Amino acid sequence: MKRDHTPRGAAARKIAATVAGAGATVLTASFVIFAGLAAAPGDPVSQLLGAKATDEARANMRRRLGLDDPLLERYRHWLTEALHGDFGISLTSRQEVTDLVGPRLATTFLLVGMAALLVVVVGIGLGVVGGLSRRGRAVVSALVGLGIAVPGFVAANALIGVFAVDLGWFPTYGSGHGLLDRVWHLTLPAVALSIGYGAYVSQLTAAAVAEESEKEYVMTARGRGVPAGVVLRHHTLRNAAVPVLTASGLAVAGLVAGTVVVEQMFAVDGVGALLIRSISSKDHPVVTAVSLIIVVAFVVVTTLIDLLQVALDPRERATS
Amino acid sequence: MTPAPLFRIQDLHVRLRHRGGERTLVREVSLSVRSGQSVGLVGESGSGKSVSIKAAMRLLPRGTRAEGRIAFDGGDVLTLGRRELARYRSREVALIHQDPRAHINPTRTVGAFLTEGVVHTGQMNRAEATERACALMADVGITDAARRLHQYPHQLSGGLLQRVMIVAALLPSPRLIFADEPTTALDVTVQSDVMAILLEQIRERQVSMLFVTHDLDLAAAVTDRLAVMYAGSIVETGPSAEISARPLHPYTAGLLQCRPSTAEVKRLTAIPGRPVAAHEAGTGCSFAPRCPFAVERCRAERPHDRSIEGRTVACHRVEEIADRLEERAS
Repeated sequence: MKRDHTPRGAAARKIAATVAGAGATVLTASFVIFAGLAAAPGDPVSQLLGAKATDEARANMRRRLGLDDPLLERYRHWLTEALHGDFGISLTSRQEVTDLVGPRLATTFLLVGMAALLVVVVGIGLGVVGGLSRRGRAVVSALVGLGIAVPGFVAANALIGVFAVDLGWFPTYGSGHGLLDRVWHLTLPAVALSIGYGAYVSQLTAAAVAEESEKEYVMTARGRGVPAGVVLRHHTLRNAAVPVLTASGLAVAGLVAGTVVVEQMFAVDGVGALLIRSISSKDHPVVTAVSLIIVVAFVVVTTLIDLLQVALDPRERATS
Repeated sequence: MTPAPLFRIQDLHVRLRHRGGERTLVREVSLSVRSGQSVGLVGESGSGKSVSIKAAMRLLPRGTRAEGRIAFDGGDVLTLGRRELARYRSREVALIHQDPRAHINPTRTVGAFLTEGVVHTGQMNRAEATERACALMADVGITDAARRLHQYPHQLSGGLLQRVMIVAALLPSPRLIFADEPTTALDVTVQSDVMAILLEQIRERQVSMLFVTHDLDLAAAVTDRLAVMYAGSIVETGPSAEISARPLHPYTAGLLQCRPSTAEVKRLTAIPGRPVAAHEAGTGCSFAPRCPFAVERCRAERPHDRSIEGRTVACHRVEEIADRLEERAS
């Protein structure tokens, strides 16, 4: 086939390559997760049958679960089923994994979405202020230092202590029912989840904005009498957007993994909490599915960033 | 009486706050540009020529302070309010920067760069600006202007991009153009091309120009008057042809002497020592440590501007050494 050498063709090739790369990443990750769990110490069978089970019962159970088949064969089987949307049955609750994960996924996505909103709005907002004004910079640096230094679980405890116990503004635990109630329940967890990454995004935004505002093309625009607001939008913020977008994307992807800790702290029944429970009960089908969801979320977010970068930076479109 | 010059710098000092104290970047600079005139501001890097231009555009970085008087058409540039400053920058003067690659935003199209100035300062709407930009692009020899408008800076060569910068400077029809080393960052092969285009345009439109360069020969060839800068001060001013034929300041003579000859191949004679910055200069003449004619008085006392042969020269010994300088330079 003849190659399309127009800029649009280059962009299309880049997009195709990025998406294909993302698919390959998820596939590889699924095998690593599957093989890793198979190699992990401990045996789902003893977990299921207890220590007193007879050898015969164990052998039966192993056969039923297909644990005696070779690894590659088991992986192939799992993959085929998974591609059809069937992730198997939970070993502990005997429910379909999809039924177990589905409702919790909604909770976790809401939590991640709220935290992401906080990271983007508050984090980038503070960063822009810090990058533009010298006085603002000192205040933002102090906040960033605090945000990065304080571990998430300490912040979570402090938030519960002040806003849930002392002031009683928010519930201490649970995920709530109905959208508004859920948002109310998830506010403190979202704040706790967003602090670390928000600080990181603020820091990076402040640095990017400060650097951009010193650039020569910013001076060119000022020297042409272009109003300060236009210079800010068209040059400083426009060009700072590229690194800020990358950082925000990584932060949001990190939030997905961060839910594991925060859901535990606030007793939110999401996939993070489910993952912890399933790991301790050796419920491999659930662990595999949830781990894969985290990987997919991560890959989707980073792929979106890659594509947005192509849109934001014309030089990215040319090189392929 | 001759009419007042279009642009005049009088007794300009630029100081930079530095570790609690202050550093002088530019000292007692005075120069003027008449309507339709081209003036060259020549000096080595660090001599304060770009700083002077930035002061004239009110683009000095934070922590620097300009004192003195910069007048444009009678108005004091240093005390302009926000709106008058925007008007001055957008309509009266224009600045052509040294490195177009750094001075044009790489994420925005050529068209966006060209029209930004006149559109956002309310001089034209986008359609008018685009139309005029296309016409000007044709004037400076950019073919296929309509396509170029949609391209990004990285898709254009350095020479082409500098022509775009020239178009951007001409678009609002300014009365004075500051050209800060407009060809230095370009390939040698396109330098003269771009220079010729710039000259052609400013002559055709009778725009005044303050041309900043380290290249004395080039400046002498393209300007009416020259001001030679060393260590933040102007050491010699006068008509370009006269200065290059008969330099009166030892520094000017040194600059002329260290240019390569096209007629014969020989090692270049460099001015001994290294150039000093304004803040490093002692109480005497800042060129004294490198000057072959320096005497005790030169090291002790700063020379004042003296008028001689229709020129202004800051040298104690100008009368004594003038003829010897001419010999050395030839």
